[in-house]
Amino acid sequence: MTTFEAILLTIVTASTPLLIAALGELVAERSGVLNLGVEGMMAMGAACSFAAAVTFDSTLLGVAAGMLAGALMAALFALVVLGFAANQVGSGLALTIFGLGLSGLIGAPFVGARRDPVAPVDIPGLSDIPVIGRLFFEQDLFVYASIALTILVAIYLTRTRSGLTLRSIGENHTSANALGMPVWRVRFWAILFGGACAGLAGAYLALVYTRFWSPGMTAGRGWIALALVVFAAWRPGWLLVGAYIFGAATVLQLHAQAAQFGVPSQLLSAVPYLATIIALLLLSLRHGRAIGAPGSLGAPFVPDR
Amino acid sequence: MKPDVSPPGKPLVELKGISKRYGDLLANDGIDLAIEPGEIHALLGENGAGKSTLVKILYGVIEPSAGEIRWEGRPVAIASPVEARALGLGMVFQHFSLFDELTVAENIAVALSGDWNLSTVRGKLGEISRTYGLALDADRAVWTLSAGERQRIEIVRCLLQNPRLLILDEPTSVLTPQEAEHLFTTLDRLSAEGCSILYISHKLEEVRRLCRRATILRGGRVVATIDPRASSAREIAALMVGNEVGRVRTDAPHHPQGEMLKVGRLSFPPVGLHGQALNGIDLVARAGEVVGIAGIAGNGQSELFAALSGERLADRADAIVIAGKACGTMGIDARRRLGAAFVPEERLGHAAAPTHRLSENTLISHAAAEVSRSGFILVNAARRLARSIVQSFDVRTPESDPQARKLSGGNLQKFVIGREIIRKPRLIIVDQPTWGVDAGAARLIRQALVDLSREGSAVLVVSQDLDELFEVADRMAVIHQGTLSPLKPAREWTKEAIGLEMLGVAQAQGGAHAV
Repeated sequence: MTTFEAILLTIVTASTPLLIAALGELVAERSGVLNLGVEGMMAMGAACSFAAAVTFDSTLLGVAAGMLAGALMAALFALVVLGFAANQVGSGLALTIFGLGLSGLIGAPFVGARRDPVAPVDIPGLSDIPVIGRLFFEQDLFVYASIALTILVAIYLTRTRSGLTLRSIGENHTSANALGMPVWRVRFWAILFGGACAGLAGAYLALVYTRFWSPGMTAGRGWIALALVVFAAWRPGWLLVGAYIFGAATVLQLHAQAAQFGVPSQLLSAVPYLATIIALLLLSLRHGRAIGAPGSLGAPFVPDR
Repeated sequence: MKPDVSPPGKPLVELKGISKRYGDLLANDGIDLAIEPGEIHALLGENGAGKSTLVKILYGVIEPSAGEIRWEGRPVAIASPVEARALGLGMVFQHFSLFDELTVAENIAVALSGDWNLSTVRGKLGEISRTYGLALDADRAVWTLSAGERQRIEIVRCLLQNPRLLILDEPTSVLTPQEAEHLFTTLDRLSAEGCSILYISHKLEEVRRLCRRATILRGGRVVATIDPRASSAREIAALMVGNEVGRVRTDAPHHPQGEMLKVGRLSFPPVGLHGQALNGIDLVARAGEVVGIAGIAGNGQSELFAALSGERLADRADAIVIAGKACGTMGIDARRRLGAAFVPEERLGHAAAPTHRLSENTLISHAAAEVSRSGFILVNAARRLARSIVQSFDVRTPESDPQARKLSGGNLQKFVIGREIIRKPRLIIVDQPTWGVDAGAARLIRQALVDLSREGSAVLVVSQDLDELFEVADRMAVIHQGTLSPLKPAREWTKEAIGLEMLGVAQAQGGAHAV
């Protein structure tokens, strides 16, 4: 394996958790709910998946536990913002802080434990193609799943009735309610989906990316996922591109630092974030207006019955 | 026309003793209403009379506190709009229930029950469009459409489900006279095909044009069921309002003199995709007169208001001259110091800060005047000022000095207009002075504007309500796609001529402004 190939492979590994977490948040936001708790749900997903995987020596159970933990956190968020129509920004921030704290507690007994690497799925024949072979056809199952999930979410949002209902509710919940759409129910499931995705992203971090647990290991990836949704203008296709640009920026700045370019490392670490700002600027210049945010995003829904 | 208003046959739907309580407010109080098959039944009443609440109950959006709904004689509980549609009800909402970012076809598809896909919806849309002459482009995004086109989407959406009863809530409030006439033709046709229609309005003329029976609501109760063609407009208005509504007095002698506002070749590029450009606007308002500007929403009224008030600065100072001073590049407060006052269309959030008290809201436009000193608020002076506005303009408040958001729309509008008038401005510019305001408050506001002009101020009113403009304006012009027609004395305009200008037809016919 050449260095070039190795770098490409790490880019895929770095991008996958961002893509999965951002997809979940994208669906929640398209339904009109802004959940700033991605980082917290991701941390819980990482801690619970690692704990379950070590305890039962099963990657599958670990992944299930991670998704369940993320979904439970999301259910708590849903109770607060849907049931009590609480402020979504405040509730989301609280969820992040809560998730980071609780994950530290759950993960504490497992600090220092290690998991074996998850075996990549080798697609015979195709994986022998030089350079792109290993890149495209010898990845772990999560990578394939994240791509499939992107396509499924895109189809769901644009081609299915249920997806159209979800978009309508995010666009204008008052009108949607007047037309008899189940605003709360749709948002509840969208939030739960977002939580499960964040949990899965956390599980990927703990079981594949690092293969150990340490407190705060999500390291702001939940926030990057949130920024990605905006960067992608709430569209799954753009999200895929954005996640890989971000993943690449993260990995390349590490290599750039190692290569001693004579540029301060802090500046290189800032590259992914600068990339977001520039991308947002270019997008809004091209569209000439605030792009694509769902009309009811972040607004509490209180019907007048 | 026979004055017989008794139901001829078995009603399609019957409401019995419907009540709805919100805290202390009884929005609906024991309402009885019956609608025959194929009948166009009017529901008349002031804003706040309970019309919208009643139809939302019928459509399953709101739950009644008491009462019964019978559908073809059978008691039914309509728990949601989905159930209402299953029964055969369709509703065209006043504030359209559309989704701006979705296409026409998606907007229709999303509200349909049963099996569909976008291509079948497109096909049926074309079919209905042809049958009823409701032209619509299936793949346009809604935010690019005019109000009339948006309403067509709502109507087509209902017709696709073959409704037995179609409810229309204030359908003509956003339409031109021509668009409204088109709508009436469609409704007549539906009625002839046996579809019942419940037509909610506060415009008497159109109710008399369409309906043979009208139920009048006042304060949440049914006050009468009448044949609108057999009663005079005055009688019906008296039933709606509870006492005789006087007309605005405009007869005081006046001799306009001195140009308080002079706009010369004012042009602006559009802002954003939803914006409208302004093309060489020329306009003069003299002391002592009311100038009216008519037009369908979205034809540049907001842009014109923003330019005149200084929310958006012109590139030349002499594009706008207030009281002899070229001020096109001056900000809002500088223009206020020249004696101008501005009342924007949006009461809450633009003219008033929702969570601020009325006394604090006086500071929005009086900051330079008597309510602050060296940057500090003179709390007592502000309270006194708020109190005197409340008293002079009959603002009904739930408590002394409430937050602005606690006032009803009409009362807040009286407050924000009163706040400007009480300063005795030499020029006042008001955008949609009585939009969504009940008749009593509207009359008070119009009278106050006319009185101000008769005391020697210039008044510029931008409004979509033609009746209002004919009532108050001395001279009028029409704005269409950012271009202003010539200003002419109000008596030289007819409604038809204005309607044509609003649609841009007059300009297309070679600038035929003659009436």
